[in-house]
Amino acid sequence: MFRARRLLLRLAARPPLPPPRARGYADPAAGPVPMAFTFASPTQVFYNGANVKQVDVPTLTGSFGILASHVPTLQVLKPGVVTVYAEDGTATKYFVSSGSVTVHADSTVQVLAEEAVTMDMLDLAAAKSNLEKAVSEMAAASDEAAKAEAQIKVEANEALVKALE
Amino acid sequence: MFARGAVVALYQPQWGQVRNMATLKDITRRLKSIKNIQKITKSMKMVSAAKYARAERELKPARVYGTGALALYEKAEIKAPEDKKKHLLIGVSSDRGLCGAIHTSIAKTLKNEITNLSNAGKEVMVVGVGDKIRGLLQRTHGNYLLLTFKEVGRRPPSFGDASVIASELLNSGYEFDEGSVIYNRFRSVISYKTDEKPIFSLETVAGSESLSIYDDIDADVLRNYQEFTLANILYYSLKESTTSEQSARMTAMDNASKNASEMIDKLTLTFNRTRQAVITKELIEIISGAAALD
Repeated sequence: MFRARRLLLRLAARPPLPPPRARGYADPAAGPVPMAFTFASPTQVFYNGANVKQVDVPTLTGSFGILASHVPTLQVLKPGVVTVYAEDGTATKYFVSSGSVTVHADSTVQVLAEEAVTMDMLDLAAAKSNLEKAVSEMAAASDEAAKAEAQIKVEANEALVKALE
Repeated sequence: MFARGAVVALYQPQWGQVRNMATLKDITRRLKSIKNIQKITKSMKMVSAAKYARAERELKPARVYGTGALALYEKAEIKAPEDKKKHLLIGVSSDRGLCGAIHTSIAKTLKNEITNLSNAGKEVMVVGVGDKIRGLLQRTHGNYLLLTFKEVGRRPPSFGDASVIASELLNSGYEFDEGSVIYNRFRSVISYKTDEKPIFSLETVAGSESLSIYDDIDADVLRNYQEFTLANILYYSLKESTTSEQSARMTAMDNASKNASEMIDKLTLTFNRTRQAVITKELIEIISGAAALD
């Protein structure tokens, strides 16, 4: 009986475990961390921790696209279009006035816009007339503060017109 | 037998202290005034309920926005170095009362924080959003008040309000190193909690070591970012605060209406008893008058 037991044990112990899989240099990294994308304005939430493929943002230092595992950064938005590419490739555009964008090390991205609207809420004719008004305001502005305000209006309206054309 | 002297206690009938049984007119007057009060508190409750519904609806996106804005401070674990002296407290409340313990809880937290920080040797200044905070802190901690804001609570807060507060604070000239916003966080219709969220100055954030992992940041961008984040945090705390305040006012007015109805019931019973007593007295007088003639 003991012999049978020993035999059984040996049989049971027989198949050796495969060696732990060591990562070779040619193997890819542990797997991309999906991007948790949050895009909101004070009154509306567009994406909250959503999984999207890519986001293009207009910042003061230039436009750039953010994919998963982007290097962490803090940026400030300038008036322009934010394009969100979903997992299936469809692109949705939003116009933002200003705000901030934060990319963290764990691949979470927060785009906080002071005002953000979908493109269908904007009217090209109104944008053009606003731009003309803003340019004339800037020409007529007397002191520094008024000039700066008019400048901001001009930039925003220019971006609007450019986005709609 | 009694010792002569003024030490003997004499029972003096007390004038004016004895309450006669209230006349019907007194009770009627009281009843009318309490009924009016009940109508007022009921209508205040309705108004608060409507404002609360709107505030709660607007709170949902504001919460996502606020947590997004605070994410940097949490993930980067920014902490001010211990030797920094200047502290700032922002207490967020409103102008109007009759909302339960909303204002007093903020004021209490502020006073405790002031005491703790002063004992630790730090310099503290307080910004009060809402007239009630000013009223509660003026007398005892008046010299700590840096700025106060009025006309809060009349209309629902917007991002513009938050940015006005942020810009006034940044222009005030008080170079704080770190601070916190003290507000009432909304938990449910019947409960809220006084909560604290940290804010840091530009120098603290720029000097923080965990900021080095963030790529490509120059001073201008960081300053812009910081100012925007400050406005965001203030906006979030304003939204939470309004929702808590409206729900607390709803509860307070509801309780007041219930108390008023209780008083009305009791008074109505007293009124009926008194009325019957008056009738009985008249009957007795008539009957005893008639009996005396026999």
